[in-house]
Amino acid sequence: MTFQGLLGDALFLLVLTFAAVPVGRYMYRVFEGQPTFLDRVMGKLEHGIFRLAGIDPEQGMDWRAYAMAFLLSNLVMAVLVYLILMFQQDLPLNPAHLGPVAPTTVFNTVASFITNTNWQVYSPEQTLSNLSEFALEFLQFTTPAAGIVVAIAFVRGFVAGRQDLGNYYRDLVRAMTRILLPITFVAAIALIALGVPDSLSGPAIAHTITGATQVIARAPVAGFEAIKQLGTNGGGIFNVNSAHPFENPGPLTNLIEEFLMALLPMALVFTFGHYIKNRRQAWIIYGVTMTLLVVLLLVAYSSEAAGNPLVHRLLGVAGPNWEGKETRFGISGSTLFATVTTAFTTGAVNTMHDSLMPLGGFVTLFQMMLNTVFGGDGAGLLNILMFVVISVFVTGLMVGRTPELFGKKIEVREVTAAAAAMLVHPFIVLGATALALATAAGRAGVFNPAYHGLSEVVYAFASPAANNGSAFAGLGAASPFYAISTGIVVLLGRYVSMLLMLYIAGSLLSKKTVPASTGTLRTDTWTFGWIYLGIVLIVGALTFFPVLALGPIAEQLAMLAGKVF
Amino acid sequence: MVRGISYQGVFRRALADSFRKLDPRVQYRNPVMFVVEIGTLVTLIMSIAPGIFGHAAPGARGYDVLVTVILIVTLLFANFAEALAEGRGRAQAESLRRTRTETVAHRIDERGQRLGDVPASQLQKGDFARVEAGELIPADGEIVRGVASIDESAITGESAPVIREAGGDFSSVTGGTRVLSDWIEMRVEQEPGKSFLDRMIALVEGAERQKSPNELALTVLLAALTLIFLIVIDTLPPMAGYLHANLSVATLIALLVCLIPTTIGALLSAIGIAGMDRVIRFNIIAKSGRAVEAAGDVDTLILDKTGTITLGNRMADAFLAMPQVSYEDMVHAALLASEHDETPEGKSIVVLAEREGQKVAPGELEGANPIVFSAETRRSGVVLGSGREISKGAVDVIRRMAEKAGTPIPPELDAVTERIARSGGTPLGVIEDGKVLGVIHLKDIIKPGMQDRFAALRRMGIHTIMVTGDNPLTAATIAREAGVDDFIAEAKPEDKMRRIREEQAEGRLVAMTGDGTNDAPALAQADVGLAMNSGTSAAKEAGNMVDLDSDPTKLIEVVSIGKQLLITRGAITTFSIANDVAKYFAIIPAMFVTAVPALEALNVMHLTSPQSAILSALIFNALIIPALIPLALRGVRYRPMGATRMLQRNILVYGLGGVVLPFIGIKLIDLALTALGLARI
Repeated sequence: MTFQGLLGDALFLLVLTFAAVPVGRYMYRVFEGQPTFLDRVMGKLEHGIFRLAGIDPEQGMDWRAYAMAFLLSNLVMAVLVYLILMFQQDLPLNPAHLGPVAPTTVFNTVASFITNTNWQVYSPEQTLSNLSEFALEFLQFTTPAAGIVVAIAFVRGFVAGRQDLGNYYRDLVRAMTRILLPITFVAAIALIALGVPDSLSGPAIAHTITGATQVIARAPVAGFEAIKQLGTNGGGIFNVNSAHPFENPGPLTNLIEEFLMALLPMALVFTFGHYIKNRRQAWIIYGVTMTLLVVLLLVAYSSEAAGNPLVHRLLGVAGPNWEGKETRFGISGSTLFATVTTAFTTGAVNTMHDSLMPLGGFVTLFQMMLNTVFGGDGAGLLNILMFVVISVFVTGLMVGRTPELFGKKIEVREVTAAAAAMLVHPFIVLGATALALATAAGRAGVFNPAYHGLSEVVYAFASPAANNGSAFAGLGAASPFYAISTGIVVLLGRYVSMLLMLYIAGSLLSKKTVPASTGTLRTDTWTFGWIYLGIVLIVGALTFFPVLALGPIAEQLAMLAGKVF
Repeated sequence: MVRGISYQGVFRRALADSFRKLDPRVQYRNPVMFVVEIGTLVTLIMSIAPGIFGHAAPGARGYDVLVTVILIVTLLFANFAEALAEGRGRAQAESLRRTRTETVAHRIDERGQRLGDVPASQLQKGDFARVEAGELIPADGEIVRGVASIDESAITGESAPVIREAGGDFSSVTGGTRVLSDWIEMRVEQEPGKSFLDRMIALVEGAERQKSPNELALTVLLAALTLIFLIVIDTLPPMAGYLHANLSVATLIALLVCLIPTTIGALLSAIGIAGMDRVIRFNIIAKSGRAVEAAGDVDTLILDKTGTITLGNRMADAFLAMPQVSYEDMVHAALLASEHDETPEGKSIVVLAEREGQKVAPGELEGANPIVFSAETRRSGVVLGSGREISKGAVDVIRRMAEKAGTPIPPELDAVTERIARSGGTPLGVIEDGKVLGVIHLKDIIKPGMQDRFAALRRMGIHTIMVTGDNPLTAATIAREAGVDDFIAEAKPEDKMRRIREEQAEGRLVAMTGDGTNDAPALAQADVGLAMNSGTSAAKEAGNMVDLDSDPTKLIEVVSIGKQLLITRGAITTFSIANDVAKYFAIIPAMFVTAVPALEALNVMHLTSPQSAILSALIFNALIIPALIPLALRGVRYRPMGATRMLQRNILVYGLGGVVLPFIGIKLIDLALTALGLARI
């Protein structure tokens, strides 16, 4: 680890926090219809959209209506994109004349993009037309928006005196017009200024001095790149994602992209603080989550910076682990990106995670297993609050009252739904991993032996389950087995827990807010913050300890013992 | 309440029940222990027929047998905890049932005409019966005629008889209690089989026991955790298989049982039963576990002033003579006026006067005629043999008497009266032959220890409200002195109701006590309504708890018990989950020692052998259950303090303790196994 590297990380987190606080407040104002600086421009646009679609934006929804609107709109969008991808060869905007896409790939891609995962089992520049890319970019706007508004609806369940969870369509439209579009616009221009191309032309043909012909894929990269990061999407235009010089030309674009990934999930924590009228609570959640992030970042950074002792012994020189990294980002820029992309479950990569040291791989894997290190747009806050509900229930009993969270009693219905939501993640990650390892079709896709091979398979399901989308590589993910299984995993990973959380919100909404007394367990204290973190770690660790022990931990211990495979 | 239970008998019976409860039809209600039972069955089959689930490693049988034995013991421990808790209630129920012997009722009609004798069990609601001295009361009901002293020790355990009479708030009688003197005629108020005694028996026996909402929520969470670990264990063999590690079925089951929250799963129902039992031993009958839990959640406590916060009677505190009257004369007059007064107020005046050095001279009261207090005259006193008339009474009565006699009223009278009222006292004027002598300051005496209890309630975060018929000035003073947060002065019965509704509308849970018929609606409206056993049957019906001792301050204890119940559940759950960390460190390296030797680095406890590691964890897991039975039955000690401090304290003891203790425990068991030569079978 270098001093500059650490300083860079610290500065990054500091700037991020300074930006997240006002953005969080801004988002609160947007969703509560308070005046913001974009009213004049966007107000008219939104009005037009609502008129055109025949939506009454003031019509409040209960949890059922909100959930139905969420599911229905997702279904319509999924079908639309599915059709475009299936028939791209017959549709316009296909300058490279790319042929039909395999049906399993289309299913996997649509499932993965509709869920804000962007797990890609294909090589984009060789598979998708510009129209298909636009269709996916459309989902890159709408799915983070949907995630954010579901989280907002959930938080509204805690607001005293509210009768409904808000209007899904109004929230969704405003999330795009007021939050995603403006920030993407500014970020895309910044990226263009820093050298990211943005073109609708087909591939450029270059003739090299040696007389060879190079086909250089081009695309509207800058806009795609901005929303890919801001929307915690992660799906790149190029196969190597943010390691590609067109997507991420240098250290500065690298920093901007990391910043965009983390901005909204972190800001949402502060938005939540505004909603429950308790900013201290937001800072406590921010504080403990940030502590976890920093510790894991240091683990990743130190293990990458230390490098592989076995390689050192062979070469006789010590140095960091450069395998799979881009020299223009450096060790620090690569590990920060890898940590941020798995913490904020974006899934963009600028380094090959398969080539990380065992502990570096452990960090990326563990964050996706916890799924609460800020997490993705909306989904992250929902997961955090789900664990807050569980923590309040267990520890709240210890103060001798029926547990209350922000004045609402947590009873059978809430605990049942939260416990079910908590079950989903381990169920799909471990279940699918076991299925893959128990079947010939699953084992066929694994390219590495022993512990690392196991890590590759677990990663291949942890990433879709967390709606992350980053790949560990080293796995034949495009095979029908993996295309279908990961497709199912992404769907379960997103919808089951979101619906359960909306159900909880509906149940909370109908409850009276109990005024706090000295006998009430206060959740806006550091004591509770650490307890929450303890529960997240213990439940997360207990669930995934065996597989982590057999994967990265065994690999690390074996490496230290000098064993090679 | 019910004494003389043979605890040895309870113990023996619980032991037998532990085996009876192995029946899967009983076990399935507890998801955690049901999973253990299925696991036990599997290892049992393997012990009998090795190789039935695939290839059995040579020499694995002894290990399988050991695992099976430990698992069965785990199940028995869990059953024992529940049986022990139930047994205590059952023993009480049996002793209650003995009092419910078949009695004969003398049926009468409405006007008291005899209709003949019938067995008590045939009395219908609305029937009338006559009970003579020495007879058992045949059913629950209201006295319509007569007054009698009644021995209620069968249900309250209190041997001093109580007086019950027709009309008023002391007219209810309970079936199974005995009339000691005189007779009563009563109207039956309960259908047969639904009497207070029947319900009490059902209650202590746990026959009506349903999982309370909170217990249900916790069961759901425990089931979810069990499911998570089922997934973890079920997915382990394919992963291990990929690494060419062969896992024995017994080891997988051992790991599963260690990880699922067996400690709390085993003790959960015992905690609930014991909580109800604690309430019963406080001589309070709670109609449901839900009511006890609700007591722990109470935000607002509404208490009557008289009898709850203050002693039922006022006491003389000072004599204040008018300027023209000597202090000694005034005190002496007050003494004479109170000598015949048998009320506690009168007695307290005598005591205070004697302390002030006044004595009734011999012969002074010869030929004296007492003036008895009546609601109309609102004064009492004495007409001495000499014809002197001394009275004491409400100040306005005294004033009117002076006006009638035409004597001037001292201007100081108003000032003194006002001062006493402002300080929360009651002024009592003393007048001799139309001349106002002075004022006695009567004071409400706050029950000893009430200040501390209100301070404790404040620390619990409970808001207390005093209800009194006094004027606001007096009420404010007493409220301040007792340390009550708020008061309702000049209260009418409907004020109580209104206040309860207001508090509830703001989301608060309200508890109150009451005994009168006009308390019944408020008792029903309150979230926790503690009715006094001395009260009317309407009140007892409306409340969700009945205090057999008729001591309203016990509401405070009920709140503590409710809190204790929840704390105990939370603490053992936290402990149970925290235990898993150490168990992982024992079992995971042991499981994979051949296939993944590198994991030996995780064997931080340096356990002797893989087998010993797994068995030690499993034995620890079993032993912790009986070790915690006393805590489950007694409950975690509850001391009133702020929620955050309490959380810090409990998380330190049960959370951190739960992480650390098994590391030590498993290591010690491993050492013991090694010493016994069981570490390598």
